[in-house]
Amino acid sequence: MSDLTTIVDWSRLQFAVTAIYHWLFVPLTLGLSVMVAIMESIYLKTKAEKWLQTTKFWMRLFGINFAIGVATGIILEFEFGTNWSNYSWFVGDIFGAPLAIEGILAFFMESTFVAVMFFGWNKVSPKFHLAATWLTAIGATISSLWILVANAWMQYPVGMEFDPDQMRNVMDNFWSLFSGIAINKFFHAVLSGWALAGVFVIGVSCWFLWKKRNVDFAIRSIKVGAWFGLAGMLLTMYTGDGSAVEVTKHQPMKLAAMEGLYHGHEGQSLAAVAVLNPNKDWNNDEDEYLFEIAIPNGLSILGRHDMNAFIPGITDIINGVDIDENGDTINTVSYQDRIAMGKLAQQALKNYGEAREAGDSAAMTTALTTLKENYRFFGYGYFKSVDEAIPPVGLTFTMFRVMVILGSYFLAFFVIVLFLVYRTTLMQKNAWIQWIAMASVPFMWICSEAGWAVAEVGRQPWTVQDLLPTIASVSAVPATSVMVTFWLFALIFTVLLVAEVSIMCRQISKASKTTIA
Amino acid sequence: MTLEYLQNYWWLLVSVLGGILVFLLFVQGGQSMLLNAGSDLRRDLIVNSMGSKWELTFTTLVTFGGAAFASFPLFYSTSFGGAYWLWILILFSFVVQAVSYEFRRKKGNLYGTRTYDIFLFLNGCVGCILLGVAVSMFFFGAEFTVNKGNLLIGSAPVISQWAPTHGFEAIFNWKNLILGVAVLFLARTQACLYMMNNIADDEDFFKTLKVKALINGGIFVVFFLWFLAMLLTATGYTVISDGIRTTEVIETPFKYFHNYVEMWWAGVTLLLGVVLVLFGWGKACFCNHYTKGIWFTGIGTFLVVASLFWVAGYNDTAFYPSLMNPMDSLTIRNASSSKFTLEVMSYVSILIPFVLGYIAYVWYSMDKKKLTPEELEKTDHKY
Repeated sequence: MSDLTTIVDWSRLQFAVTAIYHWLFVPLTLGLSVMVAIMESIYLKTKAEKWLQTTKFWMRLFGINFAIGVATGIILEFEFGTNWSNYSWFVGDIFGAPLAIEGILAFFMESTFVAVMFFGWNKVSPKFHLAATWLTAIGATISSLWILVANAWMQYPVGMEFDPDQMRNVMDNFWSLFSGIAINKFFHAVLSGWALAGVFVIGVSCWFLWKKRNVDFAIRSIKVGAWFGLAGMLLTMYTGDGSAVEVTKHQPMKLAAMEGLYHGHEGQSLAAVAVLNPNKDWNNDEDEYLFEIAIPNGLSILGRHDMNAFIPGITDIINGVDIDENGDTINTVSYQDRIAMGKLAQQALKNYGEAREAGDSAAMTTALTTLKENYRFFGYGYFKSVDEAIPPVGLTFTMFRVMVILGSYFLAFFVIVLFLVYRTTLMQKNAWIQWIAMASVPFMWICSEAGWAVAEVGRQPWTVQDLLPTIASVSAVPATSVMVTFWLFALIFTVLLVAEVSIMCRQISKASKTTIA
Repeated sequence: MTLEYLQNYWWLLVSVLGGILVFLLFVQGGQSMLLNAGSDLRRDLIVNSMGSKWELTFTTLVTFGGAAFASFPLFYSTSFGGAYWLWILILFSFVVQAVSYEFRRKKGNLYGTRTYDIFLFLNGCVGCILLGVAVSMFFFGAEFTVNKGNLLIGSAPVISQWAPTHGFEAIFNWKNLILGVAVLFLARTQACLYMMNNIADDEDFFKTLKVKALINGGIFVVFFLWFLAMLLTATGYTVISDGIRTTEVIETPFKYFHNYVEMWWAGVTLLLGVVLVLFGWGKACFCNHYTKGIWFTGIGTFLVVASLFWVAGYNDTAFYPSLMNPMDSLTIRNASSSKFTLEVMSYVSILIPFVLGYIAYVWYSMDKKKLTPEELEKTDHKY
């Protein structure tokens, strides 16, 4: 393994571990902040002490979670510089702007008003306090908007042009950053946070029911959590459907990897349950699955909202075969040709620089023309073979199923909880139901993390789709340094996570020993 | 708006953020005094006094990074990817800070209050010193090269290369450390002045803070004057460019002194800032019960830091001098984003006064009631 590959792998691992840990805390912050704001609004309207106590209890848990989310977030931003410095230069002109705007518009709002939320009960008026709680929730949500816009742009780079003099991409249309991918991604991620917070509130409340303590408080919380979670889950599914359409349009290789599909068909089925064939490769004739239970036409409906539409598989995409909306076979550019075009673009860029140094304007024009003609596949020029351009299929395939199956489970979960809590007394009385609700909590996190794994593993090997692969994005730091910092961060994040969970448990346990109205 | 105007404007905004950040480092200064607070009650008072502001410092640091990324991406990619260990250690110290306030006194925190206090102490000391080291490289240079042509070398495509020590050489450079130590003692001094304003405890604690402010301020003055003497006598780079590429780099003795003279307004700002810092510090230390020192030193700090950024970046100066190849030094011209991006972000920046306005209002609302042991006892949410 070359040193560059080792650096890339450790840098990816470090970024992945940071992102995974960060996403353990952020969705809860996004959901719980809104839920707490709703509870405080009810309190202010009703002036009922029970709602004040309910608000304060969930706010305490929010506070514990919030701090560690902030801690892991700072690392992510700066890792673009420390570990992906080439990326930072190549597209910093576009990618940096959302991050700066996030800081100015959202992060300050969040951090200013969260202090009022925690410390301001006796220092500001109740209305000001409620406004601060809402502004904290809004700040957190706006913050995620800018981050997700930036992330979506990496997957669907638009609104820019390449500047050969600076050897980087520059923005030429700010509003195109808000692409369909970005909008879907934002709502999908934020609303999944609502669903996660709903499951969390229900799970914790069931513990109170099981302990037969603060039953009224628990039922009250379950009602808010279940409605909120159900709304979040339904909208998450709706935006997930939108995301699938966008991925089909702009990242067909990711969709093919999500399905483990090598040879696509019209009316393509969806493998609901399947075992991938480990020997399958894009250029052999092995079967795709060892075992499969398929939903007929499922993938065509998912990807193109048309039960007869053609969905290309990995081999089709590599060979440049697709079928357009009219059902006609069309040839896109094969991966072999993309690699050739990428190398041509890179050579043209080199020629352009040499011609500029020599003051040869005719040669500059020629080089520039070649560069423009081939630039859309610039990143493929870094590959030696098409195999390097295929994402890890097994992981993407598995995570997609984990996300969908658990997501479906939680939709049913919210509906059942609502039925039980409004129509029966089973929620209060049946320990089995309470335990199922409690045991469901970690699975919501798995579902949420799996969603991110699909999005990020499925887009490999690109940091910027088609233009910059990870191998050309890294910093020139020794692999051993990144390895050390990877373990350092993995250790400290784990240590802090364990402490966070322990504190949460103690807070919940403590609350069960006191009376909440 | 021309590109040049926008580059100047964004350097101004970066300097404003830098000034605010250094002022807000009083939070770190307070943390650095935790381990010898004298008693548990005083330690809790310090933590809770700083605790309502730690997020502002943290956010300013993040926004400073974001603004640097967006407006001067070549600096971001060169410095962060190069001085790897310097930035990682800074980040690490801020990670442990962020959780420590919330976790330190909570039941079930597993590692004990003392551990989190040590984390806060480490962030207080290491954060201040290393941020000072990072800023010092703006004047005394760093060991890097930039070759954009590397992008086309498949086996080693990274454009910015750094010395093999990747930031350790900067940390152990005595010139950089002098500014780092100055920042630490400034932060500690301002923490004392902030607590004199924010905590309404017995007169004993006030006196203790006063003595600490006197000692820390004295040490700060010594180190700051040392740094200033080095800066004003330092050789800097004057960079000539064709708008895209650097065409000539001229080593200029007393570059920063000349910058202060040629940009007289920067010199006046520096002097005004120094006077305000000394006034606030002196009055707080030598008057009977003066609590407003923090505002004078705060504004003074902001002005001094902003003026340092101005002489680092304006007047055709290399704000990130390369010691390995001066031609690769970074300037606000060759390191900036495109005109389009700077313009878009400039429209967003119009909202900054509004942001500062609500921060000031919240600060006022939260601090008008002083922190007391009684309040600490009865409050729901405490650190």
